[in-house]
Amino acid sequence: MFANYLPTGAEYFRLLPEMILTAAGTLIMVLEPLTGYRRKRFLGHLALAGLLAALWAAVVAYSSPGPAFNRLIVVDGFATFFRVLVIVVGILTVLSCWDFLARHKAESGEFYSLILFSVVGQCVMVSANELITLFIGLEVSSIATYVLAGYLRDDKRANEAALKYFLLGSFATAFLLYGVAWIYGVTGTTNLVDIRQILESRDVIHPILAVSTAAALMFVGFAFKVSAAPFQIWAPDVYQGAPTPVAAFMSAGPKAAGFAILLRVYLTAFGPIDQSWVPFVWTCALATMVIGNFAALAQNNVKRLLAYSSIAHAGYIMVAVATGTAPGAAAAMFYLAAYAFMNVGAFVVVSHISGRGERKVNIDDLAGLSSRQPLTAALFSVFLLSLIGVPLTGGFFGKFYIFKAAIDSQLYWLTILGLLTSAVAAYYYLRLIVVMYMRPAVDGEEELPPLGGGLKTALWASALGTLALGIFPSAVLNFAGASGAMLVR
Amino acid sequence: MNLLNIVLALPAAGFLIGLLLPKGNAGVARTFALIVSLVTFIASLGLLAPVMANHAAMQWVTDVPWIASPNIHYHVGLDGISVWLVILTTLLTPICVLLSWNYIRQRPKEFYIFLLLLEFGLAGVFCALDLFLFYVFWEVSLVPMYFLIGIWGYDRRIYAAVKFFIYTMTGSVLMLAAMIYIYGRAGTFDYPAIVGMLNSGSLRFGSAEQLPLFLAFFLAFAIKVPLFPLHTWLPDAHGEAPTAGSIMLAAVMLKMGCYGLIRFCLPLFPNAARQSGNWIITLAIIGIIYGALVAMVQPNMKRLVAYSSVSHLGFVVLGIFSFSQQGADGAVYQMLNHGISTGALFALVGLLHERGHTLEIKHYGGVATAAPWLAVAFMITSLASIGLPSLNNFVGEFLVLQGAALSYFPWAVWAAIGVILSAVYMLWFYQRLFFGKMPEAVKTHVYDLKAREWLAIVPLIVMMVWMGTAAQTFLPSITAVNARILEQSKANVEFQVKLRNEPNRAEASVEPESIHVR
Repeated sequence: MFANYLPTGAEYFRLLPEMILTAAGTLIMVLEPLTGYRRKRFLGHLALAGLLAALWAAVVAYSSPGPAFNRLIVVDGFATFFRVLVIVVGILTVLSCWDFLARHKAESGEFYSLILFSVVGQCVMVSANELITLFIGLEVSSIATYVLAGYLRDDKRANEAALKYFLLGSFATAFLLYGVAWIYGVTGTTNLVDIRQILESRDVIHPILAVSTAAALMFVGFAFKVSAAPFQIWAPDVYQGAPTPVAAFMSAGPKAAGFAILLRVYLTAFGPIDQSWVPFVWTCALATMVIGNFAALAQNNVKRLLAYSSIAHAGYIMVAVATGTAPGAAAAMFYLAAYAFMNVGAFVVVSHISGRGERKVNIDDLAGLSSRQPLTAALFSVFLLSLIGVPLTGGFFGKFYIFKAAIDSQLYWLTILGLLTSAVAAYYYLRLIVVMYMRPAVDGEEELPPLGGGLKTALWASALGTLALGIFPSAVLNFAGASGAMLVR
Repeated sequence: MNLLNIVLALPAAGFLIGLLLPKGNAGVARTFALIVSLVTFIASLGLLAPVMANHAAMQWVTDVPWIASPNIHYHVGLDGISVWLVILTTLLTPICVLLSWNYIRQRPKEFYIFLLLLEFGLAGVFCALDLFLFYVFWEVSLVPMYFLIGIWGYDRRIYAAVKFFIYTMTGSVLMLAAMIYIYGRAGTFDYPAIVGMLNSGSLRFGSAEQLPLFLAFFLAFAIKVPLFPLHTWLPDAHGEAPTAGSIMLAAVMLKMGCYGLIRFCLPLFPNAARQSGNWIITLAIIGIIYGALVAMVQPNMKRLVAYSSVSHLGFVVLGIFSFSQQGADGAVYQMLNHGISTGALFALVGLLHERGHTLEIKHYGGVATAAPWLAVAFMITSLASIGLPSLNNFVGEFLVLQGAALSYFPWAVWAAIGVILSAVYMLWFYQRLFFGKMPEAVKTHVYDLKAREWLAIVPLIVMMVWMGTAAQTFLPSITAVNARILEQSKANVEFQVKLRNEPNRAEASVEPESIHVR
């Protein structure tokens, strides 16, 4: 009897990435007091090694897919896709933060272990098969991110960012937890598959109003995490205040994980009652695209501009959620992958040019970048063109698949309005290219430091990822399609 | 290997290899671009033979899968219309390189590789047979043009470049939505397959579907043409672009819109196209007259030529939507003519600007004395643009007017006013530039054509005369394709199309009354 509850070896194997990351993070904490300040980079390399090992583990764990720990987590294609995605975002962040931390004399082990813990939380989120596990993953990820946002302790804006993010974030997760309580009250379970079966079965009469309320309450929590309207207010301030590598991380990793749980909960658990939640996801998608894209037009600070742009992109992905179908889920997955590369890439460039104290983050500070550092400017243009959605970049195929899924689900108005706002978006991304290529550099500007090895690797990896997804999208799309279909099984 | 793929691959490879060229070395960059574009041009001439042998069928077809789901193919091919547009593109690119030879001093490498990328995108648009691939090329050609205007243009270049990009982008996203919808209905992006389904009746777009789809495509194309009142980006883009940018923009890029109208809008959405014909032609005629009137009063040379393009392209749209064989033939012929003669006009205006360093007409005068050969070349080009018999535009305009007259006579009358006005503004333009009192600046700065400039201009003038006197070299292939397109544009027609019982005019005989039915 008791033996049934003991996890088997295969179950531990399915949790291997999380275990590796936790071990690496803890090891870095232990080593932190033992390494001198000049040798902190070693801890960065250790974090990188941990992430690479976890990446390997996430891939091999998929060789034996299935549930683990009494169905608390499940390793399926969907979980593997997002695990790989958030770990890759972690790798890019670690690679790109070295120069930044050195410049601010803020290198320490705790930064790396916080990144690792946040990634652990996201891995748990995306493989959670049950609402409480999901909540724990979300909290682990969020708390690490709150601290990261305020990592530069002496910086007023960073403090503001951390506090704002923390207060609003706690408030939003409380809504989520309240929703979990409701759904448990109605269905008597927190397992997503069981909830679906109960909602589907005709024998049990469930109060639709209560279930919809639960879905709506949980949506508040998810929408906050992915910065979708009307819960997006925190994003610009937090992105602006947080250290740029952290902003890059926040805009890609936690957002991808947030969408992953949104998709899993809504498509798997709440799939049977989609008529009650599609309308508010629809409204939220439209509002997010409009607010993000139009507010970005007025920004002069590149970090704020990218923050609003990331809100707008959350809106596009919401369109995919609003379809409530497997192709929509696949499109969202593809988009998040493309988005992770292009957005992290763009933030990496910003962190490179921002200079000490992050003073140079206005659009005008990009002036003449194409002559000062042609490679940086060219790669930044690739990211921006991808964010606009120009063909042969990942961003284009992402939008294409999302709006294709929307048209196939007859969401014509949402498609037309969404595409028109994306044409508006072209304007503010082009502004950056204009300044880089068409304005001369300001005289007396101090020289930009050359790209460091880590930055260069991160930039090239993001650019290659963006272009590869734009020219040969088939492999990723097929995988996303197959695993997206599993959600609505 | 298929020659068409080589023609497409050459500029693309040129772009990629060009990235590795040394920075800031104009000599290497321009020589490289000239060699690549000349080789491309010579290779593209080889495309003609099979198309001339079999006019209507697609030649040089390559169809390989690109993306599995949704099913997207790299499907390219050429017929009697697109082959000429591809050759127009490949002909003008080396000419642009020659004309930019000494003019582009700032960041030469980037300039020339963007020009090659532009050539790749433009040529690709004309041979794509997969709707998705078409969209990809359509957007890809936008990026290099944006940079060409924005980096190497004149004072208001940034405004012009951004306006150009946003305008085109807005139009094309809706076209993308329409393409996705068609894919949902047809299950494929393959254009010949979709047309086959429409012809066989296995796919039908109901009238409630056709109009929105047609409008989505039409908007994208009409912005590019540009049709009045969507033309406002054009004078800015032309006026601010460097010479090579203006030439490629006017001569080739505007043809993307016209080509799209005739290739996609007519066969895919015949009912909607015929229903909308009247108001589209009204806009086209307004464009013809308005463009000519505004051109007359422009103080800036490039903006004058730009507005003349608005006027000329009105003829193209008029020809297409007259739904007659002559009109369609004239429209396609006019697309090529406009490419040659307006390309030459922008080239000559660019040469004047290179000498006089201003685009204001009032700063010139008496140039004929200072540079007689330049004046001769300009004269021939102006006359071609006006539509003098024996030069190219005459043939195109005549056919368009004939087609319009066959459909509904008053259209031809209104459009003919545009022809008269074109003589007014072009001749007055010529007079102000080349005759009269010669300012001191002109006397000292303006010199005659140099060997390199001759090399760039002469091919265009040869083409003007050739296309004006030996239209039979070009027209049979165009006629054959247009006949098929007009036939396809009836395939899905639900209302009755009455044909006149005149065998020799059978093609031109869609009675205007019958268009108004429904």
